[in-house]
Amino acid sequence: MSTETNAAVGPVEGASLYDVDHPAPIIEPPRQRTRKTPKSTRGNFELAAWLFMRLSGVVLVVLVIGHLLIQLVLDGGVSKIGFAFVAGRWASPFWQVWDLAMLWLAMLHGSNGLRTVINDYAERAGTRLWLKGLLYTATVFTILLGTLVIFTFDPNIR
Amino acid sequence: MPAGTLYRGREGMWSWVAHRVTGVLIFFFLFVHVLDTALVRVSPEAYDEVVATYKTPIVALLEYGLVAAVLFHALNGLRVIAVDFWSKGARYQKQMLWSVVGVWLVLMVGALYPVLGHAVREVFGS
Repeated sequence: MSTETNAAVGPVEGASLYDVDHPAPIIEPPRQRTRKTPKSTRGNFELAAWLFMRLSGVVLVVLVIGHLLIQLVLDGGVSKIGFAFVAGRWASPFWQVWDLAMLWLAMLHGSNGLRTVINDYAERAGTRLWLKGLLYTATVFTILLGTLVIFTFDPNIR
Repeated sequence: MPAGTLYRGREGMWSWVAHRVTGVLIFFFLFVHVLDTALVRVSPEAYDEVVATYKTPIVALLEYGLVAAVLFHALNGLRVIAVDFWSKGARYQKQMLWSVVGVWLVLMVGALYPVLGHAVREVFGS
């Protein structure tokens, strides 16, 4: 059997069209990767996002419910909160790290959730682009602002 | 409604709807909450002034709603993780949803006094 290529079907990577076991030409599967397939694909972003939602979700359950317990339930609830209370909490690196982790994880978790919602309901490509542009801008702004506030907090501002 | 969408109803769909609605609400609150906390960089007075409005009865009621949304989203999120990663998760998704609702109800009753007690005393006097 010859290994000549037939003009009608392109060669499958690494396999000739005819050989002893395949007297009839091998037909290329419709989505077979060939040499012509671009190397870079979109990657596994959606898988990573899916996994991130679950991992950050578990951590956020602990961080946020702890936060709610401290702010709203333990000694006096919301009526105790004020500048002095914040100063007391952020005097400890432990609570700074807690709040920083909560800020980043919650913002990224929520932002990715809203990205999914936009993708689901905004049917026109232009609408999706604008809404996601707004979403990412607001997310970056809020994360940076919150991070700056935690790191530059000054209890003796007055 | 997008073409080709099939809403199946019952526990699976409604928990999904509730998860979305609570998630979006919490996310919008989060923006506001980071902004109000950022006022500690402006001045103690500015921060205390805004937080004072959070201690009013109406905002306490909104706060109770926020707690309701956060608790449901947290508990149902754990159920979603169980559905995805536990081999029997999909089979028991309904039982898990009703467990979520049960735990949520207990926690909401538990949150009544801590979150709304101050507001009730303010409105009705004590």
